[in-house]
Amino acid sequence: MPHFVIIGNSAAAIGAIEGFRRIDSDSKITLISDEPHHTYGRPLISYLLLGKTDRERMLYRPADFYEKNGVTAKLGARATKIDAAAKTVALDSGETVSYDKLLYGAGSSPFVPPMDGLEDVKRKYTFQTLDSALALGEALTEVGANARVLIIGAGLIGLKCAEGIREKCASITFVDLADRVLPSILDAQASDIIKSACEAEGLAFRLGTSVASFTENTATLATGEKLEFDILVLAVGVRPNTALLKDAGVKVERGVVIDEFSRTSNTDIYAAGDCCEQKDVVTGESRIMAVLPNAYMQGEAAGLNAAGVSVQFDKAFPLNAIGFFGKHVLSAGFYDGEETAIVEGNNYKKFFVRDNKLRGFILIGSKHPEDGEIPAYERAGIITDLIRRGTDLSTVDFKLLTQHPALAAFGQDVRREYLGEEH
Amino acid sequence: MKRVYVNENRCLGCHLCEYYCAFAATGQSDMSRALKGKKIRPRIHIEEVPNSDITFAVSCRHCVEPLCVKGCISGALTKTDGVISVDRDKCVSCYTCVLSCPYGCLVQSESGVVDKCQLCLQTAEGTPRCVDGCINAAIIYEER
Ligand SMILES: Cc1cc2nc3c(=O)[nH]c(=O)nc-3n(C[C@H](O)[C@H](O)[C@H](O)COP(=O)(O)OP(=O)(O)OC[C@H]3O[C@@H](n4cnc5c(N)ncnc54)[C@H](O)[C@@H]3O)c2cc1C
Ligand code: SF4
Ligand code: SF4
Repeated sequence: MPHFVIIGNSAAAIGAIEGFRRIDSDSKITLISDEPHHTYGRPLISYLLLGKTDRERMLYRPADFYEKNGVTAKLGARATKIDAAAKTVALDSGETVSYDKLLYGAGSSPFVPPMDGLEDVKRKYTFQTLDSALALGEALTEVGANARVLIIGAGLIGLKCAEGIREKCASITFVDLADRVLPSILDAQASDIIKSACEAEGLAFRLGTSVASFTENTATLATGEKLEFDILVLAVGVRPNTALLKDAGVKVERGVVIDEFSRTSNTDIYAAGDCCEQKDVVTGESRIMAVLPNAYMQGEAAGLNAAGVSVQFDKAFPLNAIGFFGKHVLSAGFYDGEETAIVEGNNYKKFFVRDNKLRGFILIGSKHPEDGEIPAYERAGIITDLIRRGTDLSTVDFKLLTQHPALAAFGQDVRREYLGEEH
Repeated sequence: MKRVYVNENRCLGCHLCEYYCAFAATGQSDMSRALKGKKIRPRIHIEEVPNSDITFAVSCRHCVEPLCVKGCISGALTKTDGVISVDRDKCVSCYTCVLSCPYGCLVQSESGVVDKCQLCLQTAEGTPRCVDGCINAAIIYEER
């Protein structure tokens, strides 16, 4: 019986276990993770600080998940070396684990660029793991409600962090080198909408600049401005954790290179999730698409294939759904091609079309739409599916879809298939 | 597994299924008392094809490969014996599932958390109320 070994304990790892167990209920599975916790929804750490979830409800799978799936979970164990020839993983405890098939789902780590004086800052945090969120929560309790928080990086992680801690501190100021918020997910106009929504909550922004130097409680910006703070959050960006596979001789570009079967360049090693790059379904270029749905589905494909069936996941593309204060922001795909913008009431919608195919879209709507207003995000998945399937837009009522996503925009044969067959 | 299937040739567009769905969620025994004057948030909805008299009902397909479950960031969506359900206590209203479902079958509840068709398995009757309430057999609950 083959031994399936998994490094990681998040979406990619869980997808792999669930995929593997669909086929093989007997073989041994060992999971190795340096986080000491039961699997939890990583994106939920901001909701934990916000009080919208708690330690129990944020578990990504029930407490008996490992037991029920016959998984030996080594939590709090760090993999330090992979020997691809001997097919072993060395752990920091000194133990060595042999594998027949390995899934590498090590995710990513916060990237902290060297900054002058950073070592003098006592209360500094990243925001990537449950432990980092708990540490930040403790610091906020210690400093109290007068705390001034400085966040470096106005991307998804920084903004979600701000939403989580807004009620627990006196002020939050962002510094980002980019000239707008969420540049990787939004176009300029949409960035403005989200920035305004954040400013309405009292958040302050210093964009297009960076910190030249720190002292314990002061950041001096490149512009010369001095910002006082009690707590510093570093949310500049993340780097894929690729070192172990690189050292093992597996092909790594920006991320670990995987194909649609989640195979790496080594036949016995699969990889999945934020540490990987894969060809996206829109452009066919290999890239890191670090969102949870892709991590799960890459992991699931790895598990299925490791268990001996041949199943592809070749439908990866960027896809983000995030709530920020009073708004829901949903986006997918790529923002090039001909633009159609619809701005009405609380709704902002933008669609990007090239060669008669939808390349991408951005939808922003209010969490509390006006009476009679259909929020921009309602039934958005119908539009996402145009990207996933590469639908020829001349075969659908695209105008209707931009106004209000509905299956009525498709031909009768498609509707029959969707509503009359098993999927 | 038994699922809800739709026959658009038989649909009259009367929206009764939507009311039966909303009623089922209340757990009450008198439909008009339960729903009177309330904005309903049904988990099945009637669509109309523009410039035609075609109407049809859409509710969760209970997919064999459910993209909503695979994409859920909290583990609130699960598949048990083929039925896709949402644990509303776990949902944090991120709407990744709304962005993922190809059929547009997840709805926003009053509180913002996601709601969806769970085939009325939790009701006293244990079968989809929309199907039993449809006056023209345009919605069918069967194995295909
Ligand atoms: C604050 C925040 C908000 C987010 N919000 C969203 C969102 O709304 N929607 C969305 O789709 N995505 C969101 N993401 C991204 C999402 O969390 C990731 O895409 C997803 O968690 C990737 O899963 P993964 O399994 O690839 O890796 P990760 O979740 O990064 O997990 C990697 C695992 O590997 C383990 N590990 C790493 N190295 C080793 C080693 N050497 N030995 C042992 N174990 C190791 C770690 O302990 C960890 O368990 C968010 C991320 C953050 C931080
Ligand atoms: S909500 Fe959508 S994706 Fe999920 S099972 Fe139902 S139809 Fe499928
Ligand atoms: S909205 Fe709720 S059910 Fe949907 S993906 Fe987010 S947490 Fe899961």
